[in-house]
Amino acid sequence: MNLWRDIKGTFQPFWITLRYLFKRPVTISYPEQKRTLPPRYRARMILTRDPDGEERCVACHLCSAACPVDCISMQAAERADGRRHAAWFRINFARCIYCGLCAEACPTLAIQMSSEYELGNRDLLKLVWEKEDLLVDHGGKDPDYHFYRHTGIGVVAPRGGNNDELPPVDIKTNLP
Amino acid sequence: MASLLFYLLAATALLATLLCITRRSPVHAVIFLINAFFALALMFYLLGAPLIAAWEVIVYAGAIMVLFLFVIMTLELSPESQRPALSRRQWAPALLLFLLLLISAGLILTFDPAGQAGVPFFYASPRSFGAALFNRYGLAVEIVSFQLLFAAAGAYYLGRRRKARQPEESS
Amino acid sequence: MNDLLLTGLLMLIKLGMILAVLLTMAAYLVLAERKLLARMQRRYGPNRVGFGGMLQPLADLIKLLTKEDFLPAQADKWLFLLAPGLAAVTALLAFAVVPFAPPLELFGRQLPMVVCDLNVGILYFFGLSSLAVYGVALGGWASNSKYALLGALRAMGQMLSYELAMGLSIVPVILMARSFSLTEIVQAQASLPFALTNPLAFGIFFIAALAESKRTPFDLPEAENELVAGFHTEYSGMRFGLFFVGEYLNLVVLGAIITSLFLGGWHGPLLPPIIWFLGKVLAVAFVFIWIRGTLPRLRYDQLMAFGWKALLPLALVNLLATGGILLWLGGAS
Repeated sequence: MNLWRDIKGTFQPFWITLRYLFKRPVTISYPEQKRTLPPRYRARMILTRDPDGEERCVACHLCSAACPVDCISMQAAERADGRRHAAWFRINFARCIYCGLCAEACPTLAIQMSSEYELGNRDLLKLVWEKEDLLVDHGGKDPDYHFYRHTGIGVVAPRGGNNDELPPVDIKTNLP
Repeated sequence: MASLLFYLLAATALLATLLCITRRSPVHAVIFLINAFFALALMFYLLGAPLIAAWEVIVYAGAIMVLFLFVIMTLELSPESQRPALSRRQWAPALLLFLLLLISAGLILTFDPAGQAGVPFFYASPRSFGAALFNRYGLAVEIVSFQLLFAAAGAYYLGRRRKARQPEESS
Repeated sequence: MNDLLLTGLLMLIKLGMILAVLLTMAAYLVLAERKLLARMQRRYGPNRVGFGGMLQPLADLIKLLTKEDFLPAQADKWLFLLAPGLAAVTALLAFAVVPFAPPLELFGRQLPMVVCDLNVGILYFFGLSSLAVYGVALGGWASNSKYALLGALRAMGQMLSYELAMGLSIVPVILMARSFSLTEIVQAQASLPFALTNPLAFGIFFIAALAESKRTPFDLPEAENELVAGFHTEYSGMRFGLFFVGEYLNLVVLGAIITSLFLGGWHGPLLPPIIWFLGKVLAVAFVFIWIRGTLPRLRYDQLMAFGWKALLPLALVNLLATGGILLWLGGAS
């Protein structure tokens, strides 16, 4: 009956709330307890290094072009051996929205998202991170990837020296 | 002590009523009226009628004035539409009433200059009050209550939701 | 003279203690409500200030006192400043007629454990609870804000409608106790509380009390998701705090009134009377909080329809029935 259903619907919730009163809260008391974040969590960016320990970033500006809030800026430079790098690299975390588009855009897997999310600060200028702050000593999510082993001719290995590379064709001769 | 309190309350009631009729903003007027009712209720209490004092607060200050306030607030009077200053035509009846009041006060004072024939002090306990109300004045109470019932029924009849009629009938 | 002094001193001590206990209870009810609601929703609630959040009311007080006391530009200044005080004072004054223990023998005299044993005690409580609406109404009107005004209008309509049912529901109690005085009503329940002898009146009074205190499921005057904060939208700092304190004082007072009218006041086996009284008041407060944690808010037309079409006729029928039974039992003089 309808009335019976209404009465039940009014009083049954009381039993539920009373039961919940004695259950353990599901809250994680944050500063004391911390969640284990999922491995692909998107928090602040890092600049990773290739397996040789060199900076992966080649200062191509793709990340700063992809960034919807324009929080990444850098200055490109080139070493004597032809290897490009960023003279300075700056991320303004006060503007960053942690969308991950920069990490997606990066052709060398240099810029990656890490799971470090505790960036709270009272001083906005302290949220502008320089290259030294962003650089880490590991390869991030794909540690074996080495950009210059596949491209960037003659920077870390002589031409044709990489594993999946054929020796260069000598156009001066047509002997096999 | 009691007479001092009485004069204090009387002055409050008079002042509040005066302010009530001179305020421009209707909400302020209602507040002063509530104030006057409150003073009046306390005077009833002083005169030994706690029940009437309580009814005064509950019914007048607590219910009727809330209705007044409700209506005033729903009308949403903007500052421009507040009452204009009173014209002479509106002053005249007030002055007449004031004169009447003065005359009656004068008459009372001339016939009884010492104020001897005041209200004899009588403490009306709720029980005796109820007994008097329903035994001695039972018929009157019933008539009044029936009148209120009729008024309620009449209000309901007037405010009833009319059924949708044919277009040619309605006008 | 010395005698008078002693009486006055005892009176002052009593008043001070009542005031202190009431305000502390109101402050800690805020905490209790937040904690209990949190636990019902499987959260912790405030647990940072002091041990388990025990100092939270103090922290709230400091926060409210140090905040800016904002006065909206278009507000009606005096009414705006006055309204929160009205809301708190009416709740505080209503406690004056609540007896919380039997008279105490002290220094060879009887010290009644009630501020003022009026012979129209219940009516006094009613008068104050009907005046309590002015704090809300004037605060909402004086803010000169649409939300506040709507909240105030709702509060007025709601409190007017439920006051009727509330008043009618206690008439049977008065009939049974044959007195308006709360002390005598409590004494009439020495054997059996009125909640058992007249459960219908108890239920109606309880629901009407919920509506009078503007609590869920009748918290339309401050419905957060429609009216921002209802009548106290424009208030800040301690003036908002006064509204808040008034609300919880009201909770304590309503608990005390329900206890006195229906739950037998201080009567109870074994434990001292004051403990029974406090326990009952807290139990009522807990049920109020429990209801808030459980039931959703009513729609306004449902609220009005329930008040006028269900509670009021029920209260009238109950009044008739109780009167009839009392006459039949030969209880009437």
